[in-house]
Amino acid sequence: MLTDITIGQFFPGTSLLHRMDARVKVILLFFLIIAIFVFDTPGDYALMCALTLGLGLASHVPLGTLMKSIKPLWWILGFTFLIHLCTVPGETITTVWIFTLTKEGFMRGFFLCLRLVLLILLSSLLTFTTSPLALTDALEALMRPLRVIGVPAHELAMMMTIALRFIPTLIEETDKIMKAQQSRGVDFETGSILKRISSMVPILVPLFISAFRRADELAMAMEARCYRGGDGRTQMKVLRVTRVDYAGILFIAVFFALQAALKIVGI
Amino acid sequence: MAFIEINDLSHEYKGAEGQSTLALSHVNLTIDEGEFVAVLGTNGSGKSTLAKHLNAILLPSDGSVTVDGMDTRDASHLWDIRQSVGMVFQNPDNQIIAAVVEDDVAFGPENLGVPSAEIRKRVDDSLALVDMSKFAQFAPHLLSGGQKQRIAIAGALAMHTRCLVLDEPTAMLDPVGRQEVLSTVKRLHDEEKITVVYITHFMEEAAAADRVVVMEKGKVLMNDDPHNVFSHVEEMKRCGLDVPLPAEISWKLKKQGFTLPDNIITDEELVASLCQ
Amino acid sequence: MSIELKNVTYTYMPKTAFERTALAGVNLTLAEGKLTAIAGHTGSGKSTLVQHLNGLLHPTSGVVTVDGIDISKKTKEAIDARHSVGMVFQYPEHQLFEETVEKDVAFGPKNMGLADDEIKKRVKDALDFVKIDYETYKGRSPFQMSGGQMRRVAIAGVLAMKPKYLVLDEPTAGLDPRGRDDLMARIVSLKREKKMTIIIVSHNMDDIARIADEVVFMHDGNVLLDAPPKEAFFSDDAIAAAGLLPPHTVSLLKMMKDSGLDVDTDAFTVDEAVRRIAKAMKRREKSC
Repeated sequence: MLTDITIGQFFPGTSLLHRMDARVKVILLFFLIIAIFVFDTPGDYALMCALTLGLGLASHVPLGTLMKSIKPLWWILGFTFLIHLCTVPGETITTVWIFTLTKEGFMRGFFLCLRLVLLILLSSLLTFTTSPLALTDALEALMRPLRVIGVPAHELAMMMTIALRFIPTLIEETDKIMKAQQSRGVDFETGSILKRISSMVPILVPLFISAFRRADELAMAMEARCYRGGDGRTQMKVLRVTRVDYAGILFIAVFFALQAALKIVGI
Repeated sequence: MAFIEINDLSHEYKGAEGQSTLALSHVNLTIDEGEFVAVLGTNGSGKSTLAKHLNAILLPSDGSVTVDGMDTRDASHLWDIRQSVGMVFQNPDNQIIAAVVEDDVAFGPENLGVPSAEIRKRVDDSLALVDMSKFAQFAPHLLSGGQKQRIAIAGALAMHTRCLVLDEPTAMLDPVGRQEVLSTVKRLHDEEKITVVYITHFMEEAAAADRVVVMEKGKVLMNDDPHNVFSHVEEMKRCGLDVPLPAEISWKLKKQGFTLPDNIITDEELVASLCQ
Repeated sequence: MSIELKNVTYTYMPKTAFERTALAGVNLTLAEGKLTAIAGHTGSGKSTLVQHLNGLLHPTSGVVTVDGIDISKKTKEAIDARHSVGMVFQYPEHQLFEETVEKDVAFGPKNMGLADDEIKKRVKDALDFVKIDYETYKGRSPFQMSGGQMRRVAIAGVLAMKPKYLVLDEPTAGLDPRGRDDLMARIVSLKREKKMTIIIVSHNMDDIARIADEVVFMHDGNVLLDAPPKEAFFSDDAIAAAGLLPPHTVSLLKMMKDSGLDVDTDAFTVDEAVRRIAKAMKRREKSC
């Protein structure tokens, strides 16, 4: 079902994570992602999992919903795992047909998948607890220093805002056009790959035309509301670093210190 | 001087292969502060083109448009004109910019560089004026068509607009949504003294206006009180339009020899004249 | 023969937080040769209902049969039955995609696997019927036509499949008064001349009252009422419960009656209303 996608969805709420400044959240997420890829012992992973679980609970987003965000990526995870299981040389567990499954392969595949899962979960936590607008504002603010080297920070942020706004509209529209063409005898389910690809033309052409028409009308509506780029623009919701943010930064810092300490002790 | 003055306005669209179409031809029209003017016309009569001239989205090929004394061709007044004349378009989905209602309403004042605290106040006030306060945190795609159009109206009000130009705001709505939008506009006109230019295909909606302008083939065909305009039943039908039901009934009754007062356009007027 | 819905329920996104029942046990017969109008406010389930008629949606429970054939099956018979129901969505001009008008109208017949000369004949007939001149427009791009013309081309694309049943969702939305009247007249002649069975979804009560043989009111996923217009539009309770308004002619005549004019209120066209009023006025003059 096209309307069954949870990635990028926002769950309004008042949890600690919701109340944090979006810029702080983006930066902390950035550090955590680096951490995921730098740390490599089972102890590190255990700590990372505990942290992710803790943050998940603190966000008040139902854990089931959070886990659902992994769903669209199941097959990538499965594929990654299998590739490693079969191709990494080492101590043989068993042999299936021409594939040799190894212990090392199992471990490496498992941890790589775990990394990906943690990555998705932490990023989802950011989008679940941050309104799309706050998120784009944050990205704009963080990219602003890059303007000196010619990065159009405001324009990129505006593009993201509009993209987010139109995703549900375009999903609805795709569904409608598909049904209309199905009613005219298009068959999406059977036939060769080539035939199935060519059956997408009657969907994609109207969809593109509609997207262009919408873009044109939207541009006019924006002009009518005095839009003239980022200069001289103010914002209703000003991002502000508060006590919750300092607490968050401190918490993550302590977490890293703990991890470093464990490393030094040698666990 | 009238709030909006349109002098001998012509507009030509240039086609791809050098051919051009004249969408407006020598239009003269004035709109006074505080008026409620309805504009009628079939598809292709030039009424949407006219609307886009009222806040300088289009500029005259010939002639001029002035808003509160400012000529739309004068680029130095562009933002003042767009701030004083707010637009609401036909497709409610294609004019909402943000993914949250209140953020969308804030879009106009943000562009104008209004201070943050003042924007907050304007957004709250504007949402209250269109009776949408409790939807402030909603995602627009969860709203009905009528609600989306009210958000678009609030977006204009938040810029402290003095005149609303609505280009077929009810064409894509169901009867409930149409009623919501029309009564909101009517209330803003009556209570907040907002000047309204209301383009529509629905004759009953036009009957609520102070004045009706009928467009045909880029020209102003009629420009009068709705009672007078809708008494020209045959002429309205000839140019592909219609008249409100009570107007048509009374016209047909009169043709059959019944004596009825002139200029009946509302249910109440017809009932009163028949049942005295 | 007819389309029949037996105890049809439909649930969107079952077993999730967004679960919503759109149809709650609908029983309905859409009789052959009739023009049935389905009315209801947004969210009443009318759009979900019509998407069941050609198998775009399959019931969560219950059965939809077209001419006695259960269309949820995968048999050739069931597929043919689904194809006998043509569907014109709201704003159908938004599905046009071919380079020329001729190709676009031919798209449906081609998918049916018809022979080329048969396709050409059908395209010509369908365009004739919606009053688009075949010779003038066949080679033109549909995207260079006016909105009203594009809509007629899109409708021709469905007509060219020669459906036995035709479903139209808000066919006149966004058209100007003349466009509305012209299109409605074409739809009525589909029934009269082509003997098509028509199902029309609309919230325009004035249009429905004038052309429908049967009227169905939907509310909250249920059929509130299924009756001929003369009965349906005088069922004040059902109209109010469905969140609809009676046709303007009816409410106007009722208002006169309440104000003391002894007038019959069963009029759906302007001329009928004028006749009723004239009759009542003459009666009053005599009694004075």
